[in-house]
Amino acid sequence: MARPFRETLKTKDFIVTAEVGPQKGTDTSKLIEHIDLLKDKVDALNATDNQGSVMRYPSVGACMLIKERGGEPILQVTCRDRNRLAIQADLLLAYSRGIDNVLCLTGDSIDVGDHPEAKPVFDLDSVQLIHLVHNLNSGRDMAGNELEGKTDFCIGTTGTPSADPIEPQLIKFKKKLKAGVSFVQTQAVYDLDQLKRFVEFARKIDDKVRILAGIVPVISARMAEYMNENVPGVFVPQWIIDELAKTPKKGRIKKGIEIAAGLIRQIKEEGICDGVHIMFIGREERIPEILEAAGLL
Amino acid sequence: MVVAERKPFDEIWAMLEGYERVLVVGCGTCVTICWAGGEKEVGLLAAQLRLTASREGRKLDVREAVVERQCEREMVEELRDAVEEVDAILSMGCGAGVQMVAEVFEEKPVFPALNTTFIGAPEREGVWVERCAACGDCMLYWTGGICPVIRCAKGLLNGPCGGTRRGGKCEIDPEKDCAWVLIYQRLKKQGRLDLMERYYEPKNYRAVKRPGRIVAMR
Repeated sequence: MARPFRETLKTKDFIVTAEVGPQKGTDTSKLIEHIDLLKDKVDALNATDNQGSVMRYPSVGACMLIKERGGEPILQVTCRDRNRLAIQADLLLAYSRGIDNVLCLTGDSIDVGDHPEAKPVFDLDSVQLIHLVHNLNSGRDMAGNELEGKTDFCIGTTGTPSADPIEPQLIKFKKKLKAGVSFVQTQAVYDLDQLKRFVEFARKIDDKVRILAGIVPVISARMAEYMNENVPGVFVPQWIIDELAKTPKKGRIKKGIEIAAGLIRQIKEEGICDGVHIMFIGREERIPEILEAAGLL
Repeated sequence: MVVAERKPFDEIWAMLEGYERVLVVGCGTCVTICWAGGEKEVGLLAAQLRLTASREGRKLDVREAVVERQCEREMVEELRDAVEEVDAILSMGCGAGVQMVAEVFEEKPVFPALNTTFIGAPEREGVWVERCAACGDCMLYWTGGICPVIRCAKGLLNGPCGGTRRGGKCEIDPEKDCAWVLIYQRLKKQGRLDLMERYYEPKNYRAVKRPGRIVAMR
């Protein structure tokens, strides 16, 4: 059995989490493969919630599998697809099945996904969602009704250290911290000075919150340029683009892994934040290589 | 004002199949201002209908009328004589106008020639932008007079999502500004950024019980 994530947050020096992306469909074999490969190598595994607004197997289903396989799941919950009733009901389901870590997110826009004509919900925003989980933890639903059996979620959220402009993002982030979270898994970050400033800002508001830097390996110059153009809040610096551009095609994934591992090592050695959250969607099977290259295995 | 745009001609043409005498009715208020259903647009659509009918060898008598406000019963009543002579009405009013015409002339089929899109304002000549969600619970006094409910693509109440693009543009459209960046800039200018740091509770969607109905006290 994995150590409860809330215990890890209290005790461990350098925390490592990773993300698994559920498949579109009912065949869970690949997902289980990824879970089995990663569950003992990281402190907890996030399961994404219709990531990129693409309809998939649900995060709560993936978290149940992580739990069944002996891993420690973090349930990602977005505000995009469910109203306050549905979110609360799903949280009750998750908690009743032993899933007690939740990452509160706004969610990508419906427009970027594969059902762009769907009705976007956003009945709540991520700050309100954090408050909602605290409500459930206190034994009441959002309407103030008493629950038969309350939850005890360990609550996390995200932040965007590389946003431009950063000030409005930081005001929102401050509200999330004030609502009460135990951990933060940031959006992908490559500029460690930006990360440092972000962590400093957070520490002034809450010196106990554990901050895990988002690590997304970049595996080609084209991917980097695409991300800079199209993935909001992410900025891949020129030195990474140059490194990848001069690497022969065959060695690029390895190079991307090496760069990611380098960032992780620097974050750890300089104590910039409390850990890392590795997102390598579609290539989960290569996450152990990152961990190994970063000296985390 | 209510902003609308004209439906594609083929869609309108398909609605009129089987009808021989049609009254095209414009509205002299909002949709005149947004170039969608005023006197000029009625004339253009009527001409296009006549032209298409003659090209296809179809018998179609197209008549034109404009009322000052299609959403007002008394003004729509003025059409009674003209309506008696046709077998279908093509309304170039907003959704409220179409429904008032349909309610007043229950015996006649009424078709919408416009898609009603939003409550908005002109940004510059020929460009209109959405400004109000008609949510029934206005919070503009907290947000520097910029509505996050409708101008944020996600309607977020507590600040921007992580999707803000570089330069403060919206995740879904680099042409559109992130409402929360605009709110930040305006509140900063006014020295009222503390308003943005407040926590806003989830919206009360019962502020307007849909369908909305207001009974005024005089």
